[in-house]
Amino acid sequence: MSTEKTFKLDGKSIPFQDGDTIMDAALRAGEYIPHLCHNPEFAPHGSCRVCIVDVNGRHMSACTLPAAEGLEVDNSSERIMEQRRNILQMLFVEGNHVCPGCEKSGACQLQAVAYYTRMLSPHYTHFFPKRSVDASHPDIAIDFNRCILCELCVRASRDVDKKNVFSITGRGLESRLVINSASGKLGNSALSASDKAVSVCPVGAILPKHVGYDQPIGDRLYDNKPISVVGDVASANNQQENAND
Amino acid sequence: MKNIENFVSELLSATENAPELLLQDLCAIQQRYSYIPENAVEILASKLNLPAVQIYGVIDFYSFLHRKARGTFDILFSDNITDRMLGNQSLIDSLCEKLDIEPGTPRIDGRVTVSVTSCTGICDQGPALLVNGMTVSGLNEERISKIAELIEEDTPLSDWPASFFVVEDNIQRSDILLDDKIINGSAIESLQKNGSDALLEILEQSGLRGRGGAGFKTALKWRFCRDTDSDQHYVVCNADEGEPGTFKDRILLNSYADNVCEGMTLCAGIIGAKKGYIYLRGEYRYLLDDLEQTLQKRRDANLLGKNICGHEGFDFDIDIHLGAGAYICGEESSLIESLEGKRGIPRKRPPFPVTNGFCNQPTVVNNVETFVAAAKIAVFGADWYGSVGSSESTGTKLLSISGDCARPGIYEYPFGVSIEQVLEDCGAHDTQAVQVAGAAGSTVPAQEFHRSIAFEDLSTGGSFMIFNQQRDMLEMVQNFCHFFCHESCGFCTPCRVGGALMKDLVDKVMVGHATHNDLKEMENIGQIMQQNSHCGLGVTAPKPVLDTLEKFPQIYMQRLANRGFEPAFDLDAALEESRQITGRDDAEAHIEYEPLLNTAGQDES
Amino acid sequence: MTEMTDNTVNESGEKQKPRIATAALCGCFGCHMSFLDIDERILQLVELVEFDRSPITDIKEVGPCDIGLIEGGVANAENVEVLRDFRRHCKILVAVGACAVNGGVPAMRNQFELKECLVEAYINGIGVENPQIPDDPEIPLLLDKVHPVHEVVKIDYFLPGCPPSADTLWTFLNEILAGEEITFPYSLIHYD
Repeated sequence: MSTEKTFKLDGKSIPFQDGDTIMDAALRAGEYIPHLCHNPEFAPHGSCRVCIVDVNGRHMSACTLPAAEGLEVDNSSERIMEQRRNILQMLFVEGNHVCPGCEKSGACQLQAVAYYTRMLSPHYTHFFPKRSVDASHPDIAIDFNRCILCELCVRASRDVDKKNVFSITGRGLESRLVINSASGKLGNSALSASDKAVSVCPVGAILPKHVGYDQPIGDRLYDNKPISVVGDVASANNQQENAND
Repeated sequence: MKNIENFVSELLSATENAPELLLQDLCAIQQRYSYIPENAVEILASKLNLPAVQIYGVIDFYSFLHRKARGTFDILFSDNITDRMLGNQSLIDSLCEKLDIEPGTPRIDGRVTVSVTSCTGICDQGPALLVNGMTVSGLNEERISKIAELIEEDTPLSDWPASFFVVEDNIQRSDILLDDKIINGSAIESLQKNGSDALLEILEQSGLRGRGGAGFKTALKWRFCRDTDSDQHYVVCNADEGEPGTFKDRILLNSYADNVCEGMTLCAGIIGAKKGYIYLRGEYRYLLDDLEQTLQKRRDANLLGKNICGHEGFDFDIDIHLGAGAYICGEESSLIESLEGKRGIPRKRPPFPVTNGFCNQPTVVNNVETFVAAAKIAVFGADWYGSVGSSESTGTKLLSISGDCARPGIYEYPFGVSIEQVLEDCGAHDTQAVQVAGAAGSTVPAQEFHRSIAFEDLSTGGSFMIFNQQRDMLEMVQNFCHFFCHESCGFCTPCRVGGALMKDLVDKVMVGHATHNDLKEMENIGQIMQQNSHCGLGVTAPKPVLDTLEKFPQIYMQRLANRGFEPAFDLDAALEESRQITGRDDAEAHIEYEPLLNTAGQDES
Repeated sequence: MTEMTDNTVNESGEKQKPRIATAALCGCFGCHMSFLDIDERILQLVELVEFDRSPITDIKEVGPCDIGLIEGGVANAENVEVLRDFRRHCKILVAVGACAVNGGVPAMRNQFELKECLVEAYINGIGVENPQIPDDPEIPLLLDKVHPVHEVVKIDYFLPGCPPSADTLWTFLNEILAGEEITFPYSLIHYD
């Protein structure tokens, strides 16, 4: 075991394999690094910037930074947490996030990561963009107010479902998620409720119909335990346990 | 509509349905029809086997592509701060008035649209505009009146006075790069004579570093690329000269195009590339025909093509790809994405383009000026170049000088020249500040004019904008903040959202409604952008604000509202719609500007 | 962050209790209801503080206070007036609940033009008789958008939640009255 390669995350030694990013190795070791556009099942994306860590005084996104021997990574200083909180606040004011009126509330990653960073307000001036809701599909609704442009649905539909239902258009603050269908509506797209693109949405933008508010408040994923405990770290642990069985 | 279908089909068969030519196809359709009609997208989607929505994604990314028809005459005024200093705004107003048109929307008869665009690279001969992609320089009231007439008479562009389209090189000072010409093919001969190892050695000894501003060692980049095992290697010339205030590549592409191609061919010979691209910014479309002719002449002279200069197996050719109004595409990985016909979103790095570039193959991307310098070094040797300049920055640098000076234009200086010297040479007096390296660069105040242009001090791609004491530096800051907000690709949160928040705060300062807290907020947002953005655009976008907050605090202080807090929006204006709907205008239908508060939120009394 | 200053001493030399005022702007009074959910702890609270303007006291004008609690977003001219009045009179101003913090449910009208909202409510609404958009000067004019309170005045503390739970409000008041740093356990931070 003496040949095992490691880097330091908040002073702890984290083993890694060739090709690992800081995020990969941390998750496997049961260490949580806040993230939104990253999903361990998909290739790193690096757009939300919530997973920034401090490496020798430089801020890098943990999901895209290759792990390397001897790196000293700061994942939890107040400075890093504050900047993550600010980035989350930017995401909150960019869209229209009305948590009390959202079915995903309590199981929403944007909300859960914000709780984790102790965000109490969106702080910045709200943009209140005018965005639509598309309920044309019999089984799935999409509320663009809640989209954070993580592109997980774009990637899932392209790479897993092989349907290319979603895409990004526009530029800058005008960037937005769009649907690949003749009408531009979800209803006549190829999306189906069982698609990975539906379940992968970290926020309440893409939701299955007919199952509204099925989890009572108090029983929802992040109601009692933070995302650092019940999020991807927990999934990574489960996978390892299953593998050990 | 039938003829649109024919046009697109012919276009596609000419380009053999290559998906990486999507952006080029779109540029051609835009140029022909003034927009991209829906049926054109349908044909592209089916022939190129791409989802239509992805094609719309590309259209919406580039400022010069439109889904709705522009006017038959599509006019875009360059709106860099230097154009503003030359009075472009009154000319825009004047033209709009003459044509009876609102900026941004086509005239009812479809004849004309008038809008603004980011810097078009004519800062030394501005104000400037693009009409259907062609550059008109030296605008004044007289020219604007004539343009209005020509448009009303529906005179085709080809019949407009040729003098309107003249863009001078305007070389004010030349040194080794611009003076010593090389004979076509001589760099290629040097490569054949010395071999690629020796030539890389020469380049390394010369100390040549990339001229885009970042200053990566050219020999190292070429060596990395060469040593990456692959069937295909590519050479890309970054002619997306989009940094506001830069226009030196314009003259290299105009009068030194052979040297540019020679440098690219040299690089191809060294790294083993068969194919090269010049990525030409859409704003330089006026150079396209001449560049194509240069390429053709070189093919005719066997300086491009098969067995170049008779050397068996040395095959290389160059294509020109046009950009379409996206500053971000000057970033090398965005440029490659754009070259592949996609939205210009910067890639994750690593891997770097030298190993995974165009079509995922090892690719050298260099600045126009770098290729010219490399070609000359191959002919004249490392000492010829290395003996000029400073120890860390050998050779010379082309500066694009504009703003408040008697003689704007191109100045070639050995590295290490001081700002003072440059100001004296170009006839600048009473200078308040110089913006070195463009909107993304540094704001240099008078007390730092002893500093020098060099990688170890003020690194620059060449932009050098001069502001005299009468200028309001906040106008520059505001212009650049709007520019960055407009040009953000939107991929990462700090740049996409932070940039917009920053722009709004600068606007708040401008109208006298900002407080000390707003300035602190700007500093904080600036740091978040600088430290956490995905690419260089987000990292440098807050720089004009951060630099001036530090070095020109008075431009903010003199405008601060004398109170602890100011609302984020104009409260009384927010009632206007209600007043309109109800017809009310009583005292209660207005919100007064709040009486002064001290910082604790208590009454002054 | 703003801190509680030492309580002033009144003319007769007694230490005065901190004064608290509360108001609901564009909200549903749910945050006030949640406040009442502190149940019997309200007896402890009245030992500690004096209430100024509040729906609980029915005092109409806010006087000098130590803490102001604001529920609801800013939707009309009167909301602006009340909010400014609170800011002028309260040393510490607290945004309480989702609507005050980010506009909340009322801000969902920001998706529409104001005219559309009024036409829907007063002209085309189901069961509307004598349809007309009210223009009585007694009625506060609506802002074109609903805003969170921090976009109109300086806010010192934010208590998210729809509503913030009684425990959240209780924890906050206890900590701030004790001059302690405001910290919430995970279970007390929620946005719904």
